[in-house]
Amino acid sequence: MPMDGQPQPVRKAVVVGGNRIPFARTGGAYTKSSNQDMLTAALDGLIARFGLQEERIGEVAAGAVLKHSRDFNLTREAVLGSALSPETPAYDLQQACATGLETVLGLANKIRLGQLDSAIAGGVDSASDAPIAVSEGLREVLLDLSRAKTLPQRLQILARLRPKDLAPDAPNTGEPRTGLSMGEHQALTTAQWNISREAQDELALNSHRNLAAAYEAGFFDDLLTPYRGLTRDSNLRPDTSPEKLASLKPVFGRNLGSEATMTAGNSTPLTDGASTVLLASEEWADGHDLPKLATVLDGEAAAVDFVHGKDGLLMAPVFAVPRLLARNGLTLDDIDYFEIHEAFAGTVLSTLAAWEDDKFGRERLGLDGAFGKVDRSKLNVNGSSLAAGHPFAATGGRIVATLAKMLHEKGTTGGRPALGLVSVCAAGGQGVVALLEAYSEGTTPGDIHD
Amino acid sequence: MTDTYARLVNQGLGRDLARKLGLPQPAELRRYRPGQPLIDGPVLVGGSGPGADGIAAALLSWGLDVRRHAVPREKLGGIVLVLDAVEAPVDLEQPVLAAAPSLRDLAPGGRVVTVSRVPGGTPSTAAARQGVDGLLRSLAKELRAGATGNGILLAEDISPTAPSALGALRFFLSGRSAFVDGQFVRVSSADGRMPDDAGAPLAGKVAVVTGAARGIGAAIARTLHRDGATVVAVDVPAAGDHLAEVANGIRGTALQLDITRGDAGQRIVDHAVQRHGRLDVVVHNAGITRDKLLVNMDQSRWGSVIDVNITAQLRINEALLASEHFRSAPRIVSVASTSGIAGNRGQTNYAASKGGVMGMVRATAPLLAEYGGSINAVAPGFIETEMTARIPFATREIARRLNSLQQGGHPGDVAEAISFLAGDSAGGISGEVLRVCGQNLVGA
Repeated sequence: MPMDGQPQPVRKAVVVGGNRIPFARTGGAYTKSSNQDMLTAALDGLIARFGLQEERIGEVAAGAVLKHSRDFNLTREAVLGSALSPETPAYDLQQACATGLETVLGLANKIRLGQLDSAIAGGVDSASDAPIAVSEGLREVLLDLSRAKTLPQRLQILARLRPKDLAPDAPNTGEPRTGLSMGEHQALTTAQWNISREAQDELALNSHRNLAAAYEAGFFDDLLTPYRGLTRDSNLRPDTSPEKLASLKPVFGRNLGSEATMTAGNSTPLTDGASTVLLASEEWADGHDLPKLATVLDGEAAAVDFVHGKDGLLMAPVFAVPRLLARNGLTLDDIDYFEIHEAFAGTVLSTLAAWEDDKFGRERLGLDGAFGKVDRSKLNVNGSSLAAGHPFAATGGRIVATLAKMLHEKGTTGGRPALGLVSVCAAGGQGVVALLEAYSEGTTPGDIHD
Repeated sequence: MTDTYARLVNQGLGRDLARKLGLPQPAELRRYRPGQPLIDGPVLVGGSGPGADGIAAALLSWGLDVRRHAVPREKLGGIVLVLDAVEAPVDLEQPVLAAAPSLRDLAPGGRVVTVSRVPGGTPSTAAARQGVDGLLRSLAKELRAGATGNGILLAEDISPTAPSALGALRFFLSGRSAFVDGQFVRVSSADGRMPDDAGAPLAGKVAVVTGAARGIGAAIARTLHRDGATVVAVDVPAAGDHLAEVANGIRGTALQLDITRGDAGQRIVDHAVQRHGRLDVVVHNAGITRDKLLVNMDQSRWGSVIDVNITAQLRINEALLASEHFRSAPRIVSVASTSGIAGNRGQTNYAASKGGVMGMVRATAPLLAEYGGSINAVAPGFIETEMTARIPFATREIARRLNSLQQGGHPGDVAEAISFLAGDSAGGISGEVLRVCGQNLVGA
């Protein structure tokens, strides 16, 4: 115990492994599954893989973007329904699509500080089992009614009801401050950066091909546990082709004046699914005879002013990554694997375009010129959200577990541990990015980059 | 999966009716439950000489009530006929006929066990020893009420009280052998030792079970865990959800792995050693059926069955034999099938693969002997599983009754035999095929 009040030295937080259930297109295999069902299943698969039955994990953090009010303790309830010790504490976190990655960073930081020895990060989302609320008018009436004491009072309140109040208030993914859907927002950005339809389709094609190849190679054998008859992501189209993708009609940006380029093929579909990541200190992992795949080095969040149109809604990672790399003395050339979440193909390509733009680098990023170029052969090499699907809060866990395994397999490169960068954009003009490194003994975070 | 008929004829009106009509009346078998006594009631030890004396002493040391002479009308839990010293067929008469009247006093779920030697020696000795084989198999068919008869065959220089002779005797007397009937197990060496704790014979061991997501494999995983082992449950990635359920139920680890992959053996060793520090037991249970008459057989049906059921086992065994982590009295137990012994219409591919398993087991035994290891196979007969539940009703009903116990076995019955062969007490048994078939009327 730090009796003298001195801060403890920071130690390593390692990724032991992960587990997710296959992601299912909304209205498919998981139509009848709740967030709690799916998160519990993902946890139980993780527990089975790593022998964590009855184990008291330091803390479990997860969350969902579309969440029922009854799920106020979603993660804790999932823990109680799992094979973990019921003495495992848990909390919910919500940061739109960055939820999953933020749980990893928050828990990793607690491990680094010595507050936790083990933790499970995760996320889940169901667009199939989405909450539907009553209208604001009906809600007010019902609440007033519960407070009324006499029959005349009640009748008076009920008389306020209008037919339109009875229509349910379904969830939508529109931005509250602009009224625009995420796709329409991205269409503005895609057009601004002149991203072609062909480039977007090519990225989508690569995503499907890379994910399919990874499945064929058995890459996901220890990252995924089947659920409800699904053994692979149901959105994956191993046999898709440039021709098929080119034949799809644009769905976003049709009223922008320029050519509409965003289709269902180069945008992620609504998806159901859950993911988990097991994090630990080196000592805990060793003490439990568990592998240490990667080290969580650092993370950074950013937000942009999309409301006034200064930047695109999903462009926050464009600012977060340069800050993160600069802090760690790194450039894009030092990164061995890029995991840039494919909310839309246009998001990834706009991000890359902004980083390659000299003017943007100077004026917006405060650099001497363009931030840099991402080697496309290192980008989303085992597929990403366009192929796997994107159950909002579950995407971060999917990416971190996948990247950790890739880094572990790569090991060292050029005499140093392989480095991986995660970038996830989120609603509200936000973005969270993270830096992971292949686990290697001896070094402490930051040592090798000085 | 429930045997409705057996339930019906075991109570009230159904029982009376079945008796009057002479219908089969399958008994409820005496199955092992943790904590229960080895056997209920006294055990009569028949035969004479040092072998019989030694076995009687061993039974006494296990806390059993031992009789050297029958007490008329006293219910017996079991009868052990020690015939290790017979030198001529005529030598069988005295001990066998002396014990014969006691068969009437054998309690439901009782046990008859013969102890004799592997046929050999002079023509006369060989005849006497081989005679025990016919005697026991016929006697097993005469027993009723869930009682079974099995035999222990000792190699030439092996004492009746060798560790594995006693281990096999314990197994046959106990509820663990409920569905083993009319079978012999051969003790070929003095290796092995009795476990410190009879309730946890696999304590401290790490066991890998393939095909563990459901059916017999899941039962094996649960049984090995019950007997004290730490279990690595292996199955194909597509069965991962059932696999996780099994692993979480027994505090084991789940390893999603296609056993036909070239590196499957290495991955099994790596997982066991990294996560659990050692590897003691591998149970090759994973298997598939792709039934078709041979005249209609295609390459994919034939090839996939051979690949999963035997080629994968051969490849994994190669990796095990090459590993320095599999050198401390290691155990391999493979699941064969009575189809591989007696044949089964529509199962040429399956029977070829299961016959292959038995050949592999015999040929691998000498390779493991160097490390004090053993390899054996268990050949299940008709077992009540999801797979056999899909057999059409009439065929299933016939298949189920065609054995001395007139019922199908449970997945747990196969698991018990495997757990026995995986334990220390079976160290002197290697290269054997033990049938768990209720003495099925077809086959050897």
